[in-house]
Amino acid sequence: MSTRLHAVADAREALAVDGVTVRLSGRTVLDDVSFAIRPGDFTGLIGANGAGKTTLFRVILGLAQPSKGRVRIDGGGRSGPNIGYVPQKFLLDPDMPLRGRDLVALGLDGQRLGLPLPSRARRRMVEEMLDAVDARSFADARVGQLSGGEQQRILIAHALISGPTLLLLDEPLANLDLRSAQEVVTLLARIARDKEIAVLISAHEMNPLLPVMDRIVYLAAGRAASGTAAEVVRSDVLSELYGHHVDVLRVHGRVIVVAGTGQDEHPALEQSGDDATVEIV
Amino acid sequence: MDQVLRAIVEPGFFSSSSVQLAAVVGGLVALVAGGVGTFTVIRGQAFAGEALGDIGAAGGSSAYLAGVAPLWGFLVASVAAAGVMEMIGIQRPRGRDLATGIVLGAGLGLAALFLYLGTTYNNTTGATVTILFGSIFALDPSTLPLVLVFGAIALGIVAVLYRPLLLSSVSPDLAAARGLRVPVIGSLYLIAMAVAVALSAVTIGAILSTALLVGPAATALQLSSRPSRAIATAGLVGVAATWLGILLAYDSYYWPPLHHGWPVSFFVVTLILIAYLASRWLTGRRAGP
Repeated sequence: MSTRLHAVADAREALAVDGVTVRLSGRTVLDDVSFAIRPGDFTGLIGANGAGKTTLFRVILGLAQPSKGRVRIDGGGRSGPNIGYVPQKFLLDPDMPLRGRDLVALGLDGQRLGLPLPSRARRRMVEEMLDAVDARSFADARVGQLSGGEQQRILIAHALISGPTLLLLDEPLANLDLRSAQEVVTLLARIARDKEIAVLISAHEMNPLLPVMDRIVYLAAGRAASGTAAEVVRSDVLSELYGHHVDVLRVHGRVIVVAGTGQDEHPALEQSGDDATVEIV
Repeated sequence: MDQVLRAIVEPGFFSSSSVQLAAVVGGLVALVAGGVGTFTVIRGQAFAGEALGDIGAAGGSSAYLAGVAPLWGFLVASVAAAGVMEMIGIQRPRGRDLATGIVLGAGLGLAALFLYLGTTYNNTTGATVTILFGSIFALDPSTLPLVLVFGAIALGIVAVLYRPLLLSSVSPDLAAARGLRVPVIGSLYLIAMAVAVALSAVTIGAILSTALLVGPAATALQLSSRPSRAIATAGLVGVAATWLGILLAYDSYYWPPLHHGWPVSFFVVTLILIAYLASRWLTGRRAGP
């Protein structure tokens, strides 16, 4: 069912999703989704709200079991600690007694039992990670009092400090202003390149990611098309994915997907239409 | 100098064995409440703590009826209540208030029954005050080893689970992605909280026990921006409020109305409130939500 436009020949795969189908209470959330990501690839997982992005992340993280298909990480079996994860909608009470650097340190050993002993090596790793995401200037403030963009940087450092081969970010740009979003995207692209980490970032809006995205996985109605942006973001490919006619417009270097018809069969499309409207304004 | 001291501390305060026992037990309980309570506030489970205390009141009063030390009643009932709340589903956001409210109501109802029966049969109205509001000057010396053992259990759970508890309190998603079993962590923490609430009931009574669990911790969250310091601060604030409360209650023996003494729990709870308001004022925030 899925549109496989780009077969990854490289044996070194940071992530391979192979024919994953997920049914939740009778509804097919993901339908035979397949794609692969190489180390250092910056991949955008694009789809409207409800297209199955978070479910796909849960399957990759091993928190949900697919009814068909499988997920391979770093060529081998699934191993949790190899994945860095930045969850969606991170809201922390401003009174929470936790500094940015404390949250980054929890990325190193948050799953361990017992009290953390003061360690110079641990502190140095946290410092280096804070530098890598340009977060040193606000690392001593409470995480709950930081701005959205600052929180994302801390969370990215938290996810990266254990040295994962794969970094998953669930809608990290959703609540950011345009400038913060661009800064986070630039930072992630740099990390993917410098550290050879495969970055998979979900978004309902692809435009902020277009300048840096190596590959795109487009989700619609539980099905996926993957490849480069030029290969996937085309009227014929997306029309097949959605199951009805879709227009892809390019205006001033931005892409607008207009999936105007067939809303009754695919409620997710309505959201796509909204995004397009927002973009035009 | 001696005159000044005598004006503050009534004669016999430091030599009284019941005061000494109260100070030791009260101090230990405040340390446990600080360590456990900091996570109660972080996790937003103050209401659940209240319910554990109210069920504890039922346990304490039934223990009184049976002629057993109230602490055993507090402990058994609170931990059992934690189990019931776990079954109803306290870890689901919508289940939290529901589970808490049901347990809370049932606990107070049972406490009313047991206290009624107790006072009818034994003709001692003092039991009601002891169970609900505490009477730390009338502690039995056998309470101390119990407080030590169960305090160590509650603090031990928090110490062993420190980092996973912190991570799952920050974000259950982050903890789960690291392979941590968030519901198991939550259940174990609820047990620690039940024990801490039961111990607090010894100091200031079952009804007020959450004040000692939550108040110093809420104060500490205003003053410290890292978890280890918040826990230490909560413990210090709790111990200070308890000891000062004991001192004032001892002094109040000569306050009007004469020769009755004011309850320790009143002073402890009031001092905690003052500490909390002062901490909010210090951090330049507006008091109240």
